[in-house]
Amino acid sequence: MSYSITDPSPRQKWFAGTLVILYALITLMPLVWILMTGFKTPPDSISYPPKVIFQPSLEGYVNLFTTRTRVSPDDLAALPPPANFAEEIVRNRDMVIVGPSKFGERFMNSVIIGFGSTFLSIFLGTLAAYAFSRYKIPLKDDLLFFILSTRMMPPIAVAIPIFLMYRTLGLSDTHLGMILLYTAVNISLAVWLLKGFIDEIPREYEEAALIDGYTRFQAFYKVVLPQAATGIASTAIFCLIFAWNEYAFAVLLTSGTAQTAPPFIPTIIGVGGLDWPAVAAGATIFLLPVMVFTILLRKHLLRGITFGAVRK
Amino acid sequence: MAEIIIENLQKMFGEFTAVQSSSFTIEDGEFFMLLGPSGCGKTTTLRMIAGLELPTSGEIYLDGEEVSQRPASQRDIAFVFQMFALYPHMKVGQNLRYPLISQGMGRAEANAKVAEVAKILGIEGILDRPVGGLSGGDRQRVALGRAIVREPKAFMMDEPLGALDAEFREHMAEELRALHDRMGATTVYVTHDQLEAMQMGDKIVVMNHGVVEQFGTPQDVYDKPATMFVADFIGAPSMNFLTFAGSVRPGQDTVELDGATFGVPRQIGAAQGDLVFGVRPEHVGFDDASPYRGRIDATEYLGTTQIVTVATPNGDLKARIPSSEVVREGESVGLTFRAETITLFERSSGRALRSELNKEVVADV
Repeated sequence: MSYSITDPSPRQKWFAGTLVILYALITLMPLVWILMTGFKTPPDSISYPPKVIFQPSLEGYVNLFTTRTRVSPDDLAALPPPANFAEEIVRNRDMVIVGPSKFGERFMNSVIIGFGSTFLSIFLGTLAAYAFSRYKIPLKDDLLFFILSTRMMPPIAVAIPIFLMYRTLGLSDTHLGMILLYTAVNISLAVWLLKGFIDEIPREYEEAALIDGYTRFQAFYKVVLPQAATGIASTAIFCLIFAWNEYAFAVLLTSGTAQTAPPFIPTIIGVGGLDWPAVAAGATIFLLPVMVFTILLRKHLLRGITFGAVRK
Repeated sequence: MAEIIIENLQKMFGEFTAVQSSSFTIEDGEFFMLLGPSGCGKTTTLRMIAGLELPTSGEIYLDGEEVSQRPASQRDIAFVFQMFALYPHMKVGQNLRYPLISQGMGRAEANAKVAEVAKILGIEGILDRPVGGLSGGDRQRVALGRAIVREPKAFMMDEPLGALDAEFREHMAEELRALHDRMGATTVYVTHDQLEAMQMGDKIVVMNHGVVEQFGTPQDVYDKPATMFVADFIGAPSMNFLTFAGSVRPGQDTVELDGATFGVPRQIGAAQGDLVFGVRPEHVGFDDASPYRGRIDATEYLGTTQIVTVATPNGDLKARIPSSEVVREGESVGLTFRAETITLFERSSGRALRSELNKEVVADV
């Protein structure tokens, strides 16, 4: 009896394809709903039964980026004609735009803090992982376990000490404070993941570089880093996703200058009724950077999570 | 090019002694083999010469300069790794150029040098290819190219043929030796394959358990083994050991095995107790007139010669005789040995006894 790997029959392919599409539909449903809600008018967004086919509107996005105030019909009529589509949409609701909202600013905070802490985690994590992988370090295993143990409790369990500490140190509501905090949480993940990747890189590559007349550091960044790119990319994605989505510490430690998007988006609800399209618009925009980042690095990510299982 | 002198080199990994007080000299332009079973410390020795490991104690003189504690980058030595270790993110040409750039060589000059080396090795056609898709032989050539492009003082090679398949290995060994002869570069080559060592080396160091057992030309190491380990490790099949109890006095030139007298090279030292009579399979002859008899247990046909296993009163023995001689399993035969080739060993220490044969290579103990 002999077995061989055969191509799946058309029927099997069809079946597998259907399964995948069904699964994708189910998991993508919330995302699709958020995307749709962002383009609905507020009445459409809360209509029952829910509207799947609707007249798209940019009202949610306009509301997200602006602050508005209600004016009397007489005052409205006295105004010059609307200068752009945004003003037109707002005036249809008997309101005028009085200025930008804080969303842009909060979003930038998220970008600075998210990417900043990701960069710092990866930078420190790569150096530490390299040292753990290549050098003889006393108590290496204990140190590695110690680093991992920082992940063994939910970070929020130390929220109050951190809150008090940050207040004393003046780190509350600062970009630096949030970057340090997210880096502290991510660094153990980064060290462990990256150590695994660097362990897989044969030492001979660096040794060849040493022999070729390069210093240890040159060998590290000219030979090891390019080899570790896959691991760095996938680790960076995990770090970014955590820092980007983190909510609890952001609520607790930021309120103004350094507030990130996650605690900001729900506050939209409090302003002038349940403005679901604006919330959905905020969520949609918020999703984009991680999506773009992941798509850019996805080739590395796929290789990253199977790294070690399959030898090149 | 350079002469390399190793003096009392020692390497400890914690409690474990990887290399124990080794001393030998590699002369300028020599193709030098470090031979031994795995774990014997040969690779560690090579890595210490290259600067990839720092010795615990001892000196390494490279061209008269003591370099044992210097980093690899300052020793001007090239290294060919067993797995080749070509930079996987670079193309072949970039791999070859990389050692030159570290020396601050200009782009045009480096390219000219790379082209020259590529021509020597016959890899001009693949300079723009990524190293990933190369065949084993081409990888080997690129690894060699990366080593020779810089014209270093010496080459270190760590089982460079180990990753190739048997058929190709032979061919590459010839190519390697030809390349060495052409460049005249001092080469230190690690291998566990005694045949490879005999075939390619000008000199061989045989190591075991971190200790240098013997150091000399392939002929010396083969004909005049200093220890039973060397006699056993070199040659296939290896030297036969017939154990006997007896004594040896200076000037003696015969020993008795089970009542039969055999000639041996004139002995210089004295020994007594359990001794070993060492004879290479090709120096065993069959002669029915001989009083020393054995029973043929097995024969192995090898083309022009055959290997015959004979049970003797002093242990099993293998003889390499022409295939034309007809022998039958179970038959009793008389055995003769070529007297001038015999080495006697002290069984407890495994050391060869000094005789007229080996007095130049075996130290007085």
